[in-house]
Amino acid sequence: MKANRFFAKAYIWLLLIVLYAPIVFIVVFSFTEAKSLGNWTGFSTQLYQNLFNGSMQNSSGLLSAVKNTLLIALAASVVATILGTIAAIGIYHLHGRKRGVMTFLNNIPMINPDIITGVSLFLLFVFLGISQGYLTVILAHITFCTPYVVLNVMPKLRQMNPNIYEAALDLGATPAQALRKVLVPALRPGMVSGFILSFTMSLDDFAVTFFTRGTIGLDTLSTYIYADARKGGLTPELKPLMSILFLVILIVLLVINIRQSKQLSSIEKK
Amino acid sequence: MAEEKDIIIRLEHISKSFGDKKVLDDISLEVKRGEFVTFLGPSGCGKTTTLRLIAGFGKPDEGTVTMEGKVINDVPPYKRKLNTVFQRYALFPHLDVYDNVAFGLKLQKVPEDEIEKRVKRVLKLVSMSDYEDRDVESLSGGQQQRVAIARALINQPQVLLLDEPLAALDLKMRKDMQIELKEMHKKLGITFIYVTHDQEEALTLSDTIVVMNEGKIQQIGTPIDIYNEPVNCFVADFIGESNILKGRMLRDRRVAFIKHEFDCVDEGFGENVKVDVVVRPEDIYFTTDPAKCQFKAKVNSCTFKGVHYEMWVDTDTGYELMIQDYDPYPVGSEVMLYIDPDDIQVMKKERLANTYPAKVKGEGKVEFLDTEFTCNTEGFQDGDEVVATIHFEKVDLLDHEEDADLTGNVEFILYMGDHYHLTVKTDAGENIWVDTNDIWDKGDFVGIKILPEDIQLSKAAAGNE
Repeated sequence: MKANRFFAKAYIWLLLIVLYAPIVFIVVFSFTEAKSLGNWTGFSTQLYQNLFNGSMQNSSGLLSAVKNTLLIALAASVVATILGTIAAIGIYHLHGRKRGVMTFLNNIPMINPDIITGVSLFLLFVFLGISQGYLTVILAHITFCTPYVVLNVMPKLRQMNPNIYEAALDLGATPAQALRKVLVPALRPGMVSGFILSFTMSLDDFAVTFFTRGTIGLDTLSTYIYADARKGGLTPELKPLMSILFLVILIVLLVINIRQSKQLSSIEKK
Repeated sequence: MAEEKDIIIRLEHISKSFGDKKVLDDISLEVKRGEFVTFLGPSGCGKTTTLRLIAGFGKPDEGTVTMEGKVINDVPPYKRKLNTVFQRYALFPHLDVYDNVAFGLKLQKVPEDEIEKRVKRVLKLVSMSDYEDRDVESLSGGQQQRVAIARALINQPQVLLLDEPLAALDLKMRKDMQIELKEMHKKLGITFIYVTHDQEEALTLSDTIVVMNEGKIQQIGTPIDIYNEPVNCFVADFIGESNILKGRMLRDRRVAFIKHEFDCVDEGFGENVKVDVVVRPEDIYFTTDPAKCQFKAKVNSCTFKGVHYEMWVDTDTGYELMIQDYDPYPVGSEVMLYIDPDDIQVMKKERLANTYPAKVKGEGKVEFLDTEFTCNTEGFQDGDEVVATIHFEKVDLLDHEEDADLTGNVEFILYMGDHYHLTVKTDAGENIWVDTNDIWDKGDFVGIKILPEDIQLSKAAAGNE
């Protein structure tokens, strides 16, 4: 009995180590000055300073990649949130088989491998003769983010009293006013989760971006790091950058989780 | 007939279908200014759909909705001068009580101090004055219902629509709210249109009851009319308890049922005409005077129901009747009974047999109800349009599909004193009426069998092609 429990615990710890060792490795070595990976030359925040005062090599390239990434993620997740919410309302009001089919169609892009989404969008843009750049990357990101918004808004629609939209019309609101003053507030938690999820999905996307960015030299963080790593080793300053990114995403995930558990407990209270 | 200016809402020949299902079939009615009208019927009878058409959520396929003399078929709900209290309240969860109630006024850009005055007044009307700042989801069902009523009343509508507003409350709360609604109606003087499936609620609240079933209006009348003079078996069975029996009108003011003859007050049916008779259980009286006794019976069961006792008796002629009386009679005792002429309600029979349009399919074959039957086709040619008649007691119900000509579900059951009269809906959506001694339950899946010799063919009426 005791041995069993020991092995069960050991197994969990082994799993956690395998999962988190690479991240811990990067974070630890972001606090030393050594150029080559794996050498520890004493604690230092030099790499962090280099990153922020622009003294690393090709720091302007990195800066524009960061800017592009945030811009694309923001634009794509805003549009995806609007489109996804409207789509969810539409799907919710379908009946019987139609609703099932639409939900299924919505789920496919999420399980579709990124590489296939990327290549097929690339082919589509070429076929339509759209010159590739910012626009195509944003369009591509909207494409794979929208289903996640639908998935997040749907449960809010199901929880909502179906009559509240009609109640607003009944009290004199036009359809637009009813949407703004009643429907959107009721769906807001789902829309916010959908937005945050879209933002992080867009932030770390590599495959789709790689195939739809064209040849104008547009780099996001992921494509920049990839190119940098191929050109004779990773620039040391990227280690602190990745540590910061990890921290930011961790905080975002914590926020989402806390929000959800708060909502759950507020539902249980009823 | 009411004066034209007294009519606030008028429905004329309204029909509405959802897909293949016809939910409203030629509905016409008038609502007078200041009236408390109730749409009453079982679920799926079309009462809520009718209310939604008046509110503006959906348009009739045919017919017109008129409010104050103007056709409003195409007027959207937010431009109609009426407000709705929804089933399950439909309060806005992100707003507090005050903002829920003020919602309509804020849309109209009413000045803030005026809004505050009116919200306070209407919350006082529904006894919710101290709850302004409360989160609506923290309120009990009854409190939410009050807020929903306040929210609908603040726009000062001409007509208030209420869709089963008390259905989610417990019995005690429901009774209290019924009294309050009735008082509110009196105080405000506006028209209430109320939807419910609870016949007691309808009888308590309404000036006028509209009884609906299967998308059709069965009867419109005051609660007293509907209770005392139901026009058909459905209304008699749905409203209150009743003994519904087969009868025969012998002549004016004389009717036979349960193999006895009775004086009654109905006239104009003709002589020797088959009818249905309704006698309420509280209208059958016990007597010890042999001169008064109209028939004898034996008490079969006796149950205490609070105010009265409910007894089932077997008559000397083999019928079972329900009687309600303040005094119990011991089970097994022989009793003498009589019924006042006033208390016998005679109704025209809706139909004497099942009749269907049919088509002869060659020698000895006929098709109706989407099914081919064998029967005697003598005197008819292949392809002739005919009418097939099958008597209620000639339809056999089976509990299995094999050997059955077609299948269906039991929709409605009426106990007629010595047999059951069932409405069976076939899979194709047609009704077959069946008299049987077997006990079935509502919703039972049944096989339907009709023997060849029980199908009678006759020529289709002219112009019925």
